[in-house]
Amino acid sequence: MVDSTVISKPQEVRISEVIELLKPRVMSLVIFTAFIGMIIAPTGINPIIALASLIFIAIGAGGSGALNMWWDEDIDRLMKRTRNRPVPAGTVSGKDARLLGLWCSGFAIFMLALTANFLAAGILAFTIFFYVVVYTMYLKRRTAQNIVIGGAAGAFPPLIGWAVVTNGIALEPILLVLLIFLWTPPHFWALALVTKEEYSLAKVPMLTVTRGERITRRYIFWYSLSLIPIGFMIAFSSIGGPLTLGLVIVLNIMLTLGSYQVMTRDAEKSASDGYIREKVLFKLSIWYLFVMFAGLGVESMLHAFYEPYLVWPELF
Amino acid sequence: MAISKEHELHTRRKSRNIFVSLALVAFVFLVFAISIAKFQDGQLIEGFDHSYRATLLKVEE
Repeated sequence: MVDSTVISKPQEVRISEVIELLKPRVMSLVIFTAFIGMIIAPTGINPIIALASLIFIAIGAGGSGALNMWWDEDIDRLMKRTRNRPVPAGTVSGKDARLLGLWCSGFAIFMLALTANFLAAGILAFTIFFYVVVYTMYLKRRTAQNIVIGGAAGAFPPLIGWAVVTNGIALEPILLVLLIFLWTPPHFWALALVTKEEYSLAKVPMLTVTRGERITRRYIFWYSLSLIPIGFMIAFSSIGGPLTLGLVIVLNIMLTLGSYQVMTRDAEKSASDGYIREKVLFKLSIWYLFVMFAGLGVESMLHAFYEPYLVWPELF
Repeated sequence: MAISKEHELHTRRKSRNIFVSLALVAFVFLVFAISIAKFQDGQLIEGFDHSYRATLLKVEE
């Protein structure tokens, strides 16, 4: 007789599973925002140092993703969206995921310190610690404010990128951190409205579970509104300009309208049309961040190549 | 079941080993490139040992 438990145990880890453990989609967002953080910095950097730093930042982000999957195995198994991840699916053991996560994180911090500077490596270390220990191990299972506070972890990459180039911290990257920090709750809650039952099943205290849909919809709207002043502050800082201002106006109008539509709907109406507005808001929020950061990158190029391409009031 | 020389496990292992080798080679090149970049950026590298080589110093009139 063949013992099925022996067969189901993970044997040899495939490369595709290792890549999945490193959360490539989250990694791509980290790379993109860190890259923009580097571009908008006032001083230059050797392109090889920049590329190497980006690689190490990405490996650090991947390491924290693997540690997140190791710790969250039990709740990932209960949710449809996450049950096919390597650890809950049984193709990679939790021990292997933890080992990969620890090695990637340590390696990335060490190499970033050698390649760039200790400040950038320190912020990377703090980001990994915040995501794994503060968010994954503590906040996620205890409070409805999990993604509000935990969102800070995803907000740091532009600051790391800036620190790689300048070996310092300034108001501009802090504004970008604030932008991602305040963007995270409406982005995740829009998704949480759609997957409410799954979080409830996994006993994750998302706002949709603890306070209900109505409150969540209201929070989404208010958090979306809070992005407006941050956007204007960025537009009138040294990294801003007319392009950024135009994007801030257009993108915030779209996000505010989208979140207002979500706020004014009730659960029955949303369920009847398959949460279409919530899904639109979720996608819109992704585009919001992508276009905003891409715009900042383009603006920075304009500043660099057509200096002075215009006189712009720097109020912050 | 006959014991075959090439088990599925071996092919999985082989592809993983190739990937790890490539990653290591890439890492070696990356460290080399970083070193070159740092040497290029550094002005007077020999200055760190506190004994400047005369030929590297600017001639003062």
